Amino acid sequence: MYKNFLKIITFLCILVSPFLYTSAYAKTKVGFVYLTTPGDHGWTYAHELGKQMVKKEFGNDVEISIVENVPEGPDATRVIRELAKQGNQIIFTTSFGYMEPTLKVAKEFPNVKFEHMTGYKRTKNVATGNIRFYEGRYVQGVVAGLMTKTNKIGYIGAYPISEVIMGINAFAQGLRSVNKKATISVIWANTWYDPVKEADAAKVHIAEGADILAQHTDSPAMLQIAEKNGALGFGQSTDMGAFAPKAQLFASVNNWGPYYIKKIKQLKDGKWNTGDGPDHWAGNTWGGLSTNMLTLSNFSNMPTDVAKKAQAAHDGIKSGKLKIFAGPLKTNDGKEIIGAGKTLDDGALWGMNYYLEGVTGKVPK
Amino acid sequence: MENLLITILLTSIPILLAGLGELVTEKSGVLNLGVEGMMLCGAVAALGSVLIFGNPYIGILFGAVAGILISTVFSFFTITLMTNQVATGLGLTIFATALTGLIGEPFVGKTAASLPKLEIIFLSDIPYLGKILFSNDILVYFAIFLIFFIHFGFQNTKIGIIIRAVGDNHDSAHSIGYSVKLVRWISTSFGGMCAGMGGAYIPLALTPHWSEGMTAGKGWIALALVVFASWMPIRLLIGALIFGGITILQFVAQARGWDVPSQFLNMLPYLATILALALISFKLKQNNYAPTCLGKHFLGNK
Repeated sequence: MYKNFLKIITFLCILVSPFLYTSAYAKTKVGFVYLTTPGDHGWTYAHELGKQMVKKEFGNDVEISIVENVPEGPDATRVIRELAKQGNQIIFTTSFGYMEPTLKVAKEFPNVKFEHMTGYKRTKNVATGNIRFYEGRYVQGVVAGLMTKTNKIGYIGAYPISEVIMGINAFAQGLRSVNKKATISVIWANTWYDPVKEADAAKVHIAEGADILAQHTDSPAMLQIAEKNGALGFGQSTDMGAFAPKAQLFASVNNWGPYYIKKIKQLKDGKWNTGDGPDHWAGNTWGGLSTNMLTLSNFSNMPTDVAKKAQAAHDGIKSGKLKIFAGPLKTNDGKEIIGAGKTLDDGALWGMNYYLEGVTGKVPK
Repeated sequence: MENLLITILLTSIPILLAGLGELVTEKSGVLNLGVEGMMLCGAVAALGSVLIFGNPYIGILFGAVAGILISTVFSFFTITLMTNQVATGLGLTIFATALTGLIGEPFVGKTAASLPKLEIIFLSDIPYLGKILFSNDILVYFAIFLIFFIHFGFQNTKIGIIIRAVGDNHDSAHSIGYSVKLVRWISTSFGGMCAGMGGAYIPLALTPHWSEGMTAGKGWIALALVVFASWMPIRLLIGALIFGGITILQFVAQARGWDVPSQFLNMLPYLATILALALISFKLKQNNYAPTCLGKHFLGNK
C-alpha cells in the first residue's frame, strides 16, 4: 500500500512537471546588480526607480531579483554569475565598473541576456545603455551664468575621465552662452560617493568665492553645504530638493525605467538585440533629453526670466536645434578644436581630455 | 581666508578628539588600534540618536556612550583576558566597520540636525580671530578645553601621575598598591569616549548624513598623530591642525589651479607621520617620550 502510494506520487510529479516548468517560464526572470543600497537619492536610487517602473509595467509577469552593495571587481563577477545560475533571463548591471565582470559571465552563459549600464563594450548577448548626462549640464551652465554674482562656479568631479570632462565642458558651453566673464574651477574628489570629501570640497569652493556649485559625484552633501552657506547648486541623478530646499536650482534626473521596459519587452517578444542605433562610442543606446532618458526636475530658487531661458535651452537640446558642441570651439589654453560650422561627433566627446574655454586649470594627467 | 581657516579647524576636530583620547589610553600603557572602529560607532550612534530624538546634543551623548561601550569590549579582551593588543585593536576596527554598516543601513540618505554655533559674547566680535575661534559649536570648545585639561591633568594631578606611573612601570605602580588593570580600564574607556565624540562630530557638524565607513581613515591618522605629538596634548593640537590643513589644502590647490598632483598632497599627512616617527625614534634615547610599558601585558593579580 505504502509502496504504491509513493509510486503514484512519483508518477504524478513526472506528469505535472512539464506544466510547472512552462508556467514558471511565462514569468520573465530579471536580475539587477546595484552598486550601493538604493537609499532615497542618487545613482542607485535612480536605477531603483527604474526597477519599480518595470514592476508596475509587468506586474506578475516578471520576477525580479536584486543584489545590493556589490563592489566593482571580482565580487561582481561572482554575484552576476550567481544571478545567471538562478535562471534570470536578463540581467541589468548598473555601474560602469561592472563592465569586465559582465562580459566575463556573459561568455559563460550565452543564452542569458546582459545589459550593462554606461559601459561601451558589447558582445552578442551584452547590450549597453547610457544617458547623455552632459545635456542637463549645459542647462545647468545657463542657469549658473545667469544666477552667479561672483562669476565663480565651483565644480566637483569624481574622476578625470571623458564622461565627467564632457560634462564640465558642456556646463562651460552653457555658462559662456549667457555670461562670458564667469569661470569654472574644478576639484576632483577621486571618488563617486564620499559625503565627507564632497562636503570638504564644497566648503573650499565657497571659501574661495564660488556662489554656484555643481557636482558629478553622488551624495547630496554638496547641496547641504550650499544650503548652510547661502550658496546655490544642482542636484545629481535624482531630485535632491528635499536635502536643500533653498539651494537646489534644479536636478538632472536619470530616467532608466523606459529603457528597462523596452528591453524586457523585446526579450518577451523574442526580439531582444544589442541595439538598432549606430554603433557609436557610448554604446547602442545613448539617450538624452529627446528620448526622456534624462529629465530635469522643477526649476526653483530662481527668477522666472532665468527659468524661461533654462527652459528654452532645454527645449532647444530636446528638439535638436541647439547643438552643445558647435564650433568654433577652443580649449582653455587657446588651441582650436573645430572651426565654425562644425559640430563635435559622439566619438570626439568620448575622447575629451581637455577643458574648453571658461574652465580654469588643467585636466590632471 | 577666514572661511578657509574655519574649515581647517573644523576638519581637524575629529582627529584631535580621537587623538586626545588615544593619548590618555596609551599613557596608561594600552595600545588601542581600534580608534577608527570606535569613531565609526560614535558616528552611527550620534546620527541615529539625532534622527530619533531630533536634538544634536543627544547625539554627542550617544556617540560618547557608544565609544565607551565598544572600548570596554577591547578592555575585556586585552586587559582581562590578556589577548594581543595589536590584533585585538585591528579586529575591533574590522568588526566595528561591518557592525556600523549594518546598524547604519536604515539611516542612509536621511539628514540629521547639525550642532548649532555658539557665539561667545564680546569675544566673537574680535575681527578675524573672533569668527574663527569664538563662533563655533560646543565640541570645538570642548576639544580645546580637553587639551589643557589633559595637559594639566598629567602634570599636576594625582590621577594623572598614577596613569603615567601605570604606563611607565606597571610593576612599581602595582607594588605601591595601585590597581593597574582598573587604571587601564578607565583610561581605555576615556579613549573610547573621546573617539566616539570625534566620530560623532563628523555627522553632527561636517556632513549631516551617514555613509558606510564615513570616517575614511581619520582614526588611523589620529593614531599616528599621538606618536607625531610625542604624547603631548599641545603638540597634538598643532599636529591635528597640520593634518586638517593638508586635507583642505589638496582641494584649495585644485580650486586655484596649482600645478601639483592631488595624489602628492594626499600623501603628505602620511609622509609627515613617517618623518615624525623617524625623528622621535632618533631622539628617543635622550628623552623617553613613549610610555615604557606601552603594549605590554600586566601579569599581576590585580
